[in-house]
Amino acid sequence: MSTAPAFTTRFDVERSTQLSRVSAVIACLGLAVLISLPWWGETGTMRLIAEMAYFLALAQLWNLLAGYAGLVSVGQQVYVGIGGYVLFATSDWYGVHPLLAILISGVAAAVISLPMALIVFRLRGAYFAVGTWVVAEIFNLFVAQVPQLGGGSGYSLTPEIVRSVAADRAGREMLMYWMALAISIAVIAFVYMLLRSRHGLALTAIRDSEAASESLGVDTYRTKLMIYVVTALCTGLLGGFIFLQKLRISPEAAFSINDWTVVVIFMVVIGGIGTMEGPIIGLLIYFAMREMLADYGSWYLILLGIVAVAVMLTAREGIWGLIGKRFDLHLFPVRRRLIQRPDSDGKPG
Amino acid sequence: MSTVENLLKTKALSACYGDFQALFDIEFEIREGETVAVIGSNGAGKSTFLRALAGALDSAPAMVSYQGNPIGHLPAHQVLRLGIALVPEGRKLFPSLSVEENLRIGGDFGRAGPWTLNRVYELFPVLAERRAQAATALSGGQQQMCAIGRALMSNPRLLLCDEISMGLAPVIIRELYERLDTIAAEGTTLVIVEQDIDRALAAADRFYCFQKGRVSLAGTARGFDRQAITAAYFGI
Amino acid sequence: MSWLAEVDWASVLIQGTLIGGLYALFAIGLSLAFGIMRLVNIAHGDLIVLCAYLAMIVVNATGMHPLLSIAVVVPLMFVLGYLLQRGLLNFTLGPSILPPLLVTFGISVIIQNLLLEVFGADTRRLNAGAMETASIALPGDVTVGIFPLVIFAVALVSLGALQYLLYRTRLGRAFRATSDDADTAELMGIDNRHLYSLAMGIALAFTALAAVLFSIRTSFDPAAGPINLIFAFEAVIIGGLGSLWGTLLGGVILGVSQSLGGSVVGPSVSMLIGTQVSAQWQILTGHIVFIIILIVKPDGLFPRIRD
Repeated sequence: MSTAPAFTTRFDVERSTQLSRVSAVIACLGLAVLISLPWWGETGTMRLIAEMAYFLALAQLWNLLAGYAGLVSVGQQVYVGIGGYVLFATSDWYGVHPLLAILISGVAAAVISLPMALIVFRLRGAYFAVGTWVVAEIFNLFVAQVPQLGGGSGYSLTPEIVRSVAADRAGREMLMYWMALAISIAVIAFVYMLLRSRHGLALTAIRDSEAASESLGVDTYRTKLMIYVVTALCTGLLGGFIFLQKLRISPEAAFSINDWTVVVIFMVVIGGIGTMEGPIIGLLIYFAMREMLADYGSWYLILLGIVAVAVMLTAREGIWGLIGKRFDLHLFPVRRRLIQRPDSDGKPG
Repeated sequence: MSTVENLLKTKALSACYGDFQALFDIEFEIREGETVAVIGSNGAGKSTFLRALAGALDSAPAMVSYQGNPIGHLPAHQVLRLGIALVPEGRKLFPSLSVEENLRIGGDFGRAGPWTLNRVYELFPVLAERRAQAATALSGGQQQMCAIGRALMSNPRLLLCDEISMGLAPVIIRELYERLDTIAAEGTTLVIVEQDIDRALAAADRFYCFQKGRVSLAGTARGFDRQAITAAYFGI
Repeated sequence: MSWLAEVDWASVLIQGTLIGGLYALFAIGLSLAFGIMRLVNIAHGDLIVLCAYLAMIVVNATGMHPLLSIAVVVPLMFVLGYLLQRGLLNFTLGPSILPPLLVTFGISVIIQNLLLEVFGADTRRLNAGAMETASIALPGDVTVGIFPLVIFAVALVSLGALQYLLYRTRLGRAFRATSDDADTAELMGIDNRHLYSLAMGIALAFTALAAVLFSIRTSFDPAAGPINLIFAFEAVIIGGLGSLWGTLLGGVILGVSQSLGGSVVGPSVSMLIGTQVSAQWQILTGHIVFIIILIVKPDGLFPRIRD
């Protein structure tokens, strides 16, 4: 379908912005610095960066789910936990190499997510949220009943498996760090590609009006199902990686709603839900608060809760929403923008 | 207060739905005891106008004055207590309430006055017969009676009726308009929104014709030039 | 499995039924807020725990019997509920479900961590004295605790009172009308913001009542909120959204499932796979029954309101 009028003006569909191209260059430079970190940085910094990387990936995934597909899940910890336990089980019981086991973690999470979606999709809106939570609790309680998985108190990877990742501790730290970067960047790039694809358009339509997009032929159920499963796949991958890095797993840690869902939701909400830039801002705010208030117990969670509530009440699009709107900034342009230009004859539009 | 004075008056009333402006500078007035028809085609802004009078749409205080006081800024629930009731387009009965509960809720937060449950049942005897049924079980005409009765229960001085004939058989419409005459005879001031020009003009003392959110013609209902109304109605 | 013959079935069923009364009480507040303003309060469980701590403070300060603290905590929570809705939650209502969901989620985290900072992670329990252990004997060698009976009776009376409020009073009529169509209710002279605040006040008053009973029956800690939200949620969904007496049935089904989980399902599985019986089987069985009902009858057993 052509929208171009016959004379005086020309319309182009633009999918990137000046700023997004500049920031892509800066991001590449930054990435080079991050990749080289093991040769000049401290272990503590490496761990922090790795943690930030996988939290950013988790935040982008939750944002995709809630901010774009409208599936407000508070049970995503179930896929982190499944990923972690599958990694432990496959490497411990069947001797699968841990790096391969990470992939199996993702696949397993995706496979489990399909029947689960069929159940929780019966619940609408906010009840969907609580339903996903119940499902996560079921897994949490169930795993605790399985002695082969360490029961309620959990268990550790054997030294042999740990050594199979890398021969010494320093090598493992380095490898884990690079893997954190690689997996997180892959997940974020995947989310970005998805949002720029045909599915992304469908998602944006669903986000804006489910009824209208349905009438335009978007199969909302299938699109949502696809997003749910894909998100589970990526979350499972991350879960496998996270617990390979931690070397120890327990039901409480693996299925923790606070660690894997609450803080992730806060990051997305504070930064700006329904944008890809928002979670980055939220991530920085979260880690800044956590590091600054490290000596004050759980006060940083209280403060985060207050900030999130305030953002929801006063600026629903989050901090990025405020900045981005005011200056029309798009670091991750997922939209198609119609640009009006004077045509080649030089006549103004 | 003398009856010559306006019961309600709008001054440069404008109203928007989001970015869409639906009303432009409406100048309207109605005296106590009068019946005024607002006619116009679909989308002319008639319903928006009634909703703005009832307080369901925000406007500046001075845009609507009632008994000389600005009420444009008041929310709907306060406007009702002042004596302005709306019979909304599409009846909007409460489906989980019975017929009698629908009527009662009209009076629960309204003013005291002559209209009581029994008076409404006298006006619409069929409602008394079906008082215990769910409002959704009524026929279209009965639902409209229930909606009018519900508005009357608040004892309004000014009753706003939005397309009460919509989707109903002619015989039912005639009956409804006869009841409106009874209501007007009680001294209730009426604004009737209609698409059917003849029906509206027959019931009213004066009329306003809306077109694309503006008043395109106004005058007395009897003996008006039919062609002028048609032109104002369709904008030809 | 010959040991099944030794299970005291009557006792298991009665205990489960009675605890179901508590779950129904938990569910009232959740159900009321959803029914009237389509608000799912994720902080509901944490508000229950907050009430329990308030009761504890009142009891410790005055030395009164825990049950008497109801007279203080219930009005207090009514006021808190009114203010919470008026000052905060009313601003989240609209076409999108995200703001109410995320704001109550934030409140949940705030309450949980504030309680943790103020009272520490220790488990607490209120002591109601002789009442807790008193029991009566029923024919057939079944003894039933007085206190569980009291809880169940309170649940019945509460549901009856709520039924009266909703179907026999002017306020209840307004609640139902607003639930049907909030815009038209405004045209009837109903101030929705005030009405919503009253609804939340009433919801939290029932929650406070439930919480005091809960704090005597079970020990609690700052982290106990979420599981209570889930119990309330399961009772509501099993019974069918918006159905009052369905909620009671939902609570009872959940209670009986848990009771069976602890005394039959858990031990059976443990025998099969040869492990120790874990207390978690109670909760796990309840969750599983909930999921099964969700699969078989997604609208609950007595559906009323469709979302």
